[in-house]
Amino acid sequence: MTDLAVKHRNPVRWFVLAALVVLLLLLVGPLLVIAVNAVKSPADYAANGPLSIPGSLYWDGIVDFWNRVNFGQKLWNSFVTALVVAVLGVVLSILNAYALGIGRVKGRVWFLVFFLVANLLPQEVLVYPLYYISKEAGLYDSLFAIIIIFTVIQSAFGTYLLTSVYTEFPRELLDAASVDGAGKWRTLWRVVVPVSGPTLAVLFTFFFIWTWNEFFLPLVFLVSNDNQTVPVALGVLQGDRMMDATTTSASALIGILPAILFFLIFQRTLTRGIAAGAIK
Amino acid sequence: MAGRSSRERGYALYLIPGVLASIAVIVVPLVMTVYVSFTKWTGVGDPRWVGLENYTRLFGDTLFWQSFGNIGLLVFAMAIIPTLLGLVLAAVLFDYVGKKFGDRWAGLFRSGYYLPQVIPVAVTGIIWSWILHPSYGALNRILEAVGLGGLTRNWLGDPDYALYSVMLVMIWFQIGYPVVMFMSGLSRIDPSLYEAADLDGATWWQRFRKITVHMIRPEFYVVLITTTIAALKIFGQVFVLTKGGPSNATLVPSYFAYKNFFEKAQVGYGSAISTVLTVLIVALAFLFLRLQHRSEELR
Repeated sequence: MTDLAVKHRNPVRWFVLAALVVLLLLLVGPLLVIAVNAVKSPADYAANGPLSIPGSLYWDGIVDFWNRVNFGQKLWNSFVTALVVAVLGVVLSILNAYALGIGRVKGRVWFLVFFLVANLLPQEVLVYPLYYISKEAGLYDSLFAIIIIFTVIQSAFGTYLLTSVYTEFPRELLDAASVDGAGKWRTLWRVVVPVSGPTLAVLFTFFFIWTWNEFFLPLVFLVSNDNQTVPVALGVLQGDRMMDATTTSASALIGILPAILFFLIFQRTLTRGIAAGAIK
Repeated sequence: MAGRSSRERGYALYLIPGVLASIAVIVVPLVMTVYVSFTKWTGVGDPRWVGLENYTRLFGDTLFWQSFGNIGLLVFAMAIIPTLLGLVLAAVLFDYVGKKFGDRWAGLFRSGYYLPQVIPVAVTGIIWSWILHPSYGALNRILEAVGLGGLTRNWLGDPDYALYSVMLVMIWFQIGYPVVMFMSGLSRIDPSLYEAADLDGATWWQRFRKITVHMIRPEFYVVLITTTIAALKIFGQVFVLTKGGPSNATLVPSYFAYKNFFEKAQVGYGSAISTVLTVLIVALAFLFLRLQHRSEELR
């Protein structure tokens, strides 16, 4: 490539970069606006509008909102639900996939079709009977019901993904384990689970974030204040009279921060996992 | 063979917890909803069998058609635009930015574009209903500040603009997912293919069409099917942004069903709506899978 060609290309190069930066600002900008206004006093907001940099950091909006909705409780509810669902969902996926992928039980194709369809179902088609049954069973308005439901829903995806991984599981390892006299149960926990560790980590990450972000079923099931998860608490407050501009920003910011925190913590597994062929 | 079949039976035990749980949480509710869709039921007492009445009412209901029409536009905003835009962005980031500026830059842009995806759906709604608020929202303030005061609108409150506003929010939300998927697909491509194309004097656009698009076909199908289904299922954003309004301008089937279940106590009618939605989603998914299968066979 001659010098002339390089020079000729330079404007294009900066133009492309500029376009990408503008797009980045459009995508991240709203989050920055939220962050800026969350720490702005209502007086400052009234005087200078949404785009000014706050004259001083004002934490009262966040603190007030936190106390008013008892946000710590919501965070804890979300955290417990997401964690328990992620753990149980992975375990259930492992058991299913062990039978289908490695055990190749009879009718495995039909089981897989079932889990695929289960994975596609809109929650609207399950919600009313679940609501009705859980009321009858005394599980309405409890995190317990939400945990059971999401464990099953997430594991439908997990079973589907993990079975395709286990179908290709190296047979030599299984044979070696059985030569050593290990039964199926031992083989599963001592050989299969450790070897598939990275995939399981990805599943765990997905289940955790998906459950954390779920809105529809928690909205229906968790009606009392003490049981709400973060998205439900924030969602139902929309349009509430106490929600002025800075309070809204404050509430959005404390809803975003945990999500970004998980994003940073899980980023490596997440990027790898999205690539693993998520069909959700 | 006797040994093998006993071995199989041993493995089948591992399916028991999963199958029992799925029956309780998925199969039984699904069957109940389909049954209830043939009845009149307020959620209290016994459902009364009415045959196809809910369905005939449904197909004559303008709200039903409107909600499915809105979903068509949302598929455009959540699946088609992000997939096409994501394809170009991923190719530019991978093949241009990555090579001219370094992979770190490409990675930085990718993470930035993906950020809206990790934010809880409900929070997305809160952010945008504030930005688009007619009196104190940031967008109208910005328009006024730059002298475009004439363009200010009640973005979510005006039936003429509400759906388009929701569509823009959904593009914002969705764009990062195809970028990440396609970039990971591109990393599979053998660099020598690009080098050979360069030697042959291919332009960037030719390489994009002949190599990039061709090679990431599997990801292309996965992205298209997953985003389309996500659009058909959309609930949270609509609930938080507009509650289906104003005057049903942004009504979607899932919210339509929700209203019938929990606000109007018309459980039979709500069940019919969600049954139709489910049939549509499952049918579309299998159509996509067949198309994908066929395109793989053709290769």
